[in-house]
Amino acid sequence: MSTTLSEAESRRLVSEHGVAVSRFVTGETTEAILDALEADESVTYPVAAKLCGRQIAHKSERGLLRLQINDPQSLRTACDELLAAAEPSDGAVELLVSSMVEGSRELICGLHKDPQFGLTVMLGIGGVLAEAVRDVAFRLAPITEADAEEMTDDLKSQRLLGEFRGEPALRRQDLTDVLMALCSLGAAHPEVLSVDLNPLIIADGRPVAVDALVEVAQ
Amino acid sequence: MTRRPTSSRPTRDLSALFDPRGVIVTGVSSHPGKFGFVCLHNLLAAGYRGEIFPVGREPGEVLGREVLGSIDEVPAGRADMVFVCTPPSLNEDLLRAAAAKGVRAAFIAAAGYREAGPDGIDAERSLVAAADELGIVLAGPNGQGVVSTPSSMCAQIVAPYAPAGNIAVVSQSGNFVSSLLNMAHLSGVGISRAVSAGNAAQLGVADYLEWFAQDPETAVSLVYMESVDDGRVMFERLRAVSSAKPIVLVKGGASTAGAQAAASHTGALATDDAVFDGMCRQAGVIRARDPEEAFEAAASLATQPLPSGNRVVVVTTVGGWGVAAVDAMAGTLLDPIPLPEDLRTEIDKLLPPRWSRGNPIDMAGGETRDTVPEILEMVAGHSEVDAVLFLGLGIQSNVAAMMRGGPFFPDHSLRRIVDFHETQDTRYAQAATAVAERTSTPVLVATELANTRPDTPGPATMRAAGQMCHASAGRAVRSLDLMVRHARWRSARGI
Repeated sequence: MSTTLSEAESRRLVSEHGVAVSRFVTGETTEAILDALEADESVTYPVAAKLCGRQIAHKSERGLLRLQINDPQSLRTACDELLAAAEPSDGAVELLVSSMVEGSRELICGLHKDPQFGLTVMLGIGGVLAEAVRDVAFRLAPITEADAEEMTDDLKSQRLLGEFRGEPALRRQDLTDVLMALCSLGAAHPEVLSVDLNPLIIADGRPVAVDALVEVAQ
Repeated sequence: MTRRPTSSRPTRDLSALFDPRGVIVTGVSSHPGKFGFVCLHNLLAAGYRGEIFPVGREPGEVLGREVLGSIDEVPAGRADMVFVCTPPSLNEDLLRAAAAKGVRAAFIAAAGYREAGPDGIDAERSLVAAADELGIVLAGPNGQGVVSTPSSMCAQIVAPYAPAGNIAVVSQSGNFVSSLLNMAHLSGVGISRAVSAGNAAQLGVADYLEWFAQDPETAVSLVYMESVDDGRVMFERLRAVSSAKPIVLVKGGASTAGAQAAASHTGALATDDAVFDGMCRQAGVIRARDPEEAFEAAASLATQPLPSGNRVVVVTTVGGWGVAAVDAMAGTLLDPIPLPEDLRTEIDKLLPPRWSRGNPIDMAGGETRDTVPEILEMVAGHSEVDAVLFLGLGIQSNVAAMMRGGPFFPDHSLRRIVDFHETQDTRYAQAATAVAERTSTPVLVATELANTRPDTPGPATMRAAGQMCHASAGRAVRSLDLMVRHARWRSARGI
């Protein structure tokens, strides 16, 4: 049996191990969110707002995600709507508001416990398109820096990793660091069955996770 | 998952299996369709260097050899290996009798074990327990045999034997051993050892690979694998072996298994093949798409130096082949570099101005007697070139063949020109090998004549020298790509 951590818990866990995640605040009510945002100057508009909970794994498919919110008034409306969309089966829920991360390229990174080979680490092209594109590289955790660099080299869509539409090239060392961080998370938490960083947006050359989902054994 | 310490595990000594002083063959009868007969026949036909002790129920001679009534009649200390073709119910006692005579290895060709259901599983378990207790290394059961060219040994219930060379084969499918040995015959690139792992009851793929890694007769291992028992341990062992010697691997059943139902996107992307492929890359295992590609990669690794980078120059006698070779490099690690300026200047001195003056080096028919060997040497020896692809071997003998078979031969000076053409191709083939050796730069050779007219002097010279002649530029490119990937894996780890 397994369960998933909420997005906020997942973000904190991956962040503790060194993965860059977009700045965020959480709160159970609209007022709490607006207060938190006021208090934390690092979270800046435009923002994204989501309804999170351990029972909610795939927010976008249920419309529990609002993007590109530019001011407090619009944020208030979005938060009210998201709270109203919660269903009893969702259990405890909270709002998560994060700075929007600008970048036209999305990657996916994660951990997965394979029945035959044990814990594996993955890098892929795609974000929401990842399962259609299937440009992925796996390795068995833990990995060395050389392994991590080769994972990046393995991706077929190398052009997406260079300079692209006015954006700088991916800083490959930063991506290596993300993969190493995931492996150290896996080693420190044997109860972890899977991790998704999806998408991992390449923002100004740096990979930043704007969503995280950690699945743990119960 | 039980994790065995991989660093402290001693490599199993398989010398009694691959280089036995003598072999006992059980189940020998006069019926030429029976396994015992076939194995005896193949041992004799390949000229096995050790002693052979046929054992069977019928007294008398088979293939001119006296058949002993039981293993008890075998003189002690003269046989290291027993080849078992008798049914499961007899074989445990037989192992004990063989061990008493000094036997340390068994190849069990007999079927009726794990593959045959619950009784077979029990029989297999107790057979392995007996072997372990007796200190016998046990190959099979349900395998097709073992080949070892340093001992001229063909202990198989199938064919063929193989030319001698440096490729060691282990396969979870016996038929693929035969396929790969047939490819060795076609190419002339030979085999050191080959074994069909059968049910791999005691000795598994990794046990063989670890022994091959220490075997001075082996330069590269070639594996056909369908299943992995303990993935993590297999990974650690493959990685350790790869650091010593290259492993080329083909996985059967690669495309059938999908991803497990998963809560995560990562899990949904984790197909068995994606994870297996990543494991291979991490372990430095050279994964080929099919047995043909695997054999050619292994043959190239066994006969060529490892490239130190990915900069490739193509040398060809005519244009189209070079273009196709460069096309085949798209999507690979290989870089068909612009021809270095100093090379261009040097080649200008050797060829009339119509040559391509770039990479591919298309001689455009301007070559004279020594041009091809000179250009190969010059290119392979250049510090900015990591590998050379030579196309066009055999074109002159092709012309010669038509003249030789035509109505005017040997008059009208035809004998002289035919001899010249054929000598030239022989020289080119020899030059490609010699240049690779002298410059430590791989020189891969490709011509479709390797398949279409293998007995013409170009391909025939390569084959006789045990050198790989690829049947197309695309296939040579694929081998070179796999070699470059492996070279990178090694250098990234300081090996």
